[in-house]
Amino acid sequence: MASEPQGGLTEYIQHHLTHLNFRVSPSGFWSFHLDSVSVSLALGVIFCLWFWSKARKATSGVPSKGQAFVEIVLEFVDGQVKDVFHGDRRFLGPLALTVFVWVFLMNAMDLLPVDLLPVITEKFGVGHFRSVPTADVNMTFAMSLTVLILVIFYSFKAKGFGGYMHELFTAPFGKWFAPFNFALNLVELASKPVSLAMRLFGNMYAGELVFMLIAGLFSAGSWLLYGMGIIGYTVWAIFHILIISIQAFIFMVLTIVYISMAHDHH
Amino acid sequence: MDFNATLIGEMIAFAFLILFCVRFVWPHLTKAIEERQLKIAEGLNAAERAHAELREADNKAAAEVKQARQQATEIIDRAQQQANQILDKARADAVAEINRLKAAAQDDIASMAQRAREELRERVGSLAVQGASKIVQREIDAAAHKALLDQLATEI
Repeated sequence: MASEPQGGLTEYIQHHLTHLNFRVSPSGFWSFHLDSVSVSLALGVIFCLWFWSKARKATSGVPSKGQAFVEIVLEFVDGQVKDVFHGDRRFLGPLALTVFVWVFLMNAMDLLPVDLLPVITEKFGVGHFRSVPTADVNMTFAMSLTVLILVIFYSFKAKGFGGYMHELFTAPFGKWFAPFNFALNLVELASKPVSLAMRLFGNMYAGELVFMLIAGLFSAGSWLLYGMGIIGYTVWAIFHILIISIQAFIFMVLTIVYISMAHDHH
Repeated sequence: MDFNATLIGEMIAFAFLILFCVRFVWPHLTKAIEERQLKIAEGLNAAERAHAELREADNKAAAEVKQARQQATEIIDRAQQQANQILDKARADAVAEINRLKAAAQDDIASMAQRAREELRERVGSLAVQGASKIVQREIDAAAHKALLDQLATEI
């Protein structure tokens, strides 16, 4: 990739931070990050097929090891949902499971060597390829906005149109401060998806960036730096296992919390 | 931070994943888990019940063994008693028989002695008569002296 130390590293990182972009129209909104879309869809399909294949053959007798693993994941997620949300878990449970496993799988793409997928795609003539979908702000906001839609939907469903409107305009300071209350509640509502998406995006983007900086040591031209690169990459990857799990867990828990808050009456 | 149509595409993909999970993954797995929980609970209950039944059966068996032993000792006691009774009765019977036989024998002896004595007496009487007639040398009318002779015989 890069041969000269300084400009090379900057160029290397900029190269790696560029999405594989597919423009539908010449300018503006209508373009797709094919790398994020393809990797996330592939992982989503893997998740579905994996869990579906185990669920289809699920037996109430002695489970196979694969079924037991899937059940452990499900029970873990279900336990988290149960702790926060006291109601029908037939939708919130699978939602939390999808969020947890899918986000975890996408985060785990960070553990692949940063150059692995780009090098492979380069062979097929694709220059830019970012392998971590959750380091794409579109991906994280797509999920958090879907959660926001669900929060609004469940607010209406649990409290009715009038009840939700009443809450938006009167909480927390009473009906004499209605415009102020409404503005406050809108900010609160908007802050949920933003914080949810930015937390995950920031962690994954920074993690990817650190991997790239360490990978830059490999082409620094010194055996000492090369060795430090190996050690640094290993240490950061091990630490990153913790980060990707925690971020997936936090995203799941906050999703549950936001939606169960939508069910609560003030 | 460049927002573009990827956002919408990923939202749709996310929605499909959630729906797939709601429809095809979650219900099957939770059903299997809940059924297994039920089965385990039933199994535990059955084990506990069997345990209680076993204990009850043990107690019952022990009580029955105890009762049987008691009965056996009773039977042995009774048998011993009966044996003793039989033995006593046999002994008493034997003694009675002996006594009876002894009495009969004594009676026999007594009657035989009596008879022998009477015979002897008669013989002595006739001998006396014969002797006397020989002494007197004349015929004594046996009939005339019968009373005298009988008296003599009883005196002997």
